[in-house]
Amino acid sequence: MEFKTFVFYFFAAIMVFAGLRVITSRNPVHAALFLVLAFFSASGVWMLLQAEFLAIALILIYVGAVMVLFLFVVMLLDINLDRLREGFWDYLPLGSIIALLMVAEMGLVLGGNYLGLLESHVPQAAADASNVQAIGRLIFTEYVYPFELASVVLLVGIVAAVALTQRGKRKNKAVSPSQQVFVKARDRVTVLQMPAEKRD
Amino acid sequence: MTLAEMQFQIPDLRLASAEIFMLLMACTILIIDLFVKDQRRTVIFVATQLTLVGAAVVTFATGSGEIAYTFSNMYVADLMGDVLKLLVYLTVIIVLFYSRGYILEREQMARGEYYVLVLFATLGMMVMISANHFLTIYVGLELLSLSLYALVAMNRDSVPATEAAMKYFVLGSLASGLLLYGMSMIYGATGTLEITEVAGRLYSGQANQTILVFGLVFLVSGIAFKLGVVPFHMWIPDVYHGAPTAVTLLIATAPKLAAFAIVIRMLVNGLIVMAHDWQTMLILLAVLSMAVGNIAAIAQTNLKRMLAYSAISHMGFMLLGLVTGVVDGDARFALNAYSSSMFYVITYVLSSAGTFGMILLLARGGLESDELEDFKGLNKRSPWFAAVMMMMMFSMAGVPFFVGFFAKFSVLQAVVAAGYLWLAIVAVLFSLIGCFYYLRVVKIMYFDEPINTTPIHAPMDMKVLMSANGLAVALLGIFPQALMSLCAFALLRSL
Repeated sequence: MEFKTFVFYFFAAIMVFAGLRVITSRNPVHAALFLVLAFFSASGVWMLLQAEFLAIALILIYVGAVMVLFLFVVMLLDINLDRLREGFWDYLPLGSIIALLMVAEMGLVLGGNYLGLLESHVPQAAADASNVQAIGRLIFTEYVYPFELASVVLLVGIVAAVALTQRGKRKNKAVSPSQQVFVKARDRVTVLQMPAEKRD
Repeated sequence: MTLAEMQFQIPDLRLASAEIFMLLMACTILIIDLFVKDQRRTVIFVATQLTLVGAAVVTFATGSGEIAYTFSNMYVADLMGDVLKLLVYLTVIIVLFYSRGYILEREQMARGEYYVLVLFATLGMMVMISANHFLTIYVGLELLSLSLYALVAMNRDSVPATEAAMKYFVLGSLASGLLLYGMSMIYGATGTLEITEVAGRLYSGQANQTILVFGLVFLVSGIAFKLGVVPFHMWIPDVYHGAPTAVTLLIATAPKLAAFAIVIRMLVNGLIVMAHDWQTMLILLAVLSMAVGNIAAIAQTNLKRMLAYSAISHMGFMLLGLVTGVVDGDARFALNAYSSSMFYVITYVLSSAGTFGMILLLARGGLESDELEDFKGLNKRSPWFAAVMMMMMFSMAGVPFFVGFFAKFSVLQAVVAAGYLWLAIVAVLFSLIGCFYYLRVVKIMYFDEPINTTPIHAPMDMKVLMSANGLAVALLGIFPQALMSLCAFALLRSL
């Protein structure tokens, strides 16, 4: 076995293991950390394909930003994931039978031969250009239309998030501090004079 | 290819001017909304409607009827795209008029974001309709879906709406995943994502067949999810039922046109060589949808839920036209078959808009009136609107001579011409079963005593539009030829 193939299988095995642990581990923090491991192995595979920009982007964006935020959310919100996933273990036997069946079917359809991918026309990496340069150039020339639209998708994400969380004018009973410092004692307490009532 | 050899052509922006106009206006309205003090957002409403009219003018003015590509062949402008886009604008305009009263009664929804999200959803549909690249289709689809998820969830204090949004989001993401996986397999097999290029490489036999079929299965599953056909229909009833009726109206109408467009782009324009494979899959989906949709609809007591199952069966029926295009490698009937599908989807959108509009018309004072019981004795409350609703129901059931009848008829004609007699018989049988629940609505309106006797008071514009919608269903039933030839002509010039 060539060394590169060995490295690929090494990363792939770690990735599959980490992916499995993401959905089976009972502790949400562990699950999130296993997801980080899965991302790391995926970026290793990218690196093997000489796609160094994608590998770095995966680490920077997913591991650096998304997963850290995710961990924060998991730790700050007291989500009882065990309760959310009630029934996971009940459905596991049926689910895994179906999943195995599908994997077997896929295997039968595709056969061995590395999924036949070697025969297909996968574009070769440009020899004289660096990855970052090529991606940068393509994004702003050939792929400018989907790239701009992707930014619109992000804008919609922002608009949707604001629309779903903002409640318009505040309905809570917060007081304005600037007004509160000018409050005098007689504004707070009013003594009412009432005639005493007789008990019957 | 080295960097130096890469030739980049400056895209012809004129072809995509409708999309550019829509995007600019959506962003402008987003900013205008900051300065509007009016609680009713009348300015935003008018600006949104004018944007849609403006987009129609731009589409009409820039459309030449010729097939033209731009943005490195990622965007295609053709007559089918122009016709479908004009219909999308028209549908969204009608949807916004119908929903106006409904959203004003709901504080969470009566905001500028509602209109902006509707415009972004429209942009997503336009991108899908004009896509010539799998990547563009995917981005357009995400733009549409993301806006719709947010719209469903907008009435936040309603538990069913939140639940519907969650289900829609999770299942929609799953469907997008399936679609993407299929696309990546097709890329693996052909080495390109450009739809016309995929077709070219398939013709010259340069593709790995096994991977292609494998990718096709995922692609068809993803499409089936988005169209909502069995066995990928689970989200439809819950989302239609849980979403605010104004949003259900939007989901049930315009996106169907865009979904039809991407089916044509991906399967017919791109993978026509594989027609035998995907036709078999679609036949299965169509028969199952007609069976499950029509039978499950009988058991529903909620009108929105009933219409959701009816949507499933209608989408199944629409697929019938697509499965009969190529028979034994012979594409003689293709034009006829695909144009019957297009006609079907347009008429479905028309009657669906009217039916959900009627639920909106009856919903007043912040309450829904989406139960079948709410329609009891509608004839006594308003004979005219009962008649309009009856026309919609007759059209959906396929009673002659309403437009739905001709839609079903032309699809069945294509099916029989392609030699699938058994398929036509199955389709007719399930349509007959379907008649039961449509006619039950008519019976409830005309022969039952009303529970609620308050007269209907709707704004004038809505009454006029609803009447026009009903008349369109009736008149197109008498003169279906014009719309039918338009569909055939548009496809002839585009395929």
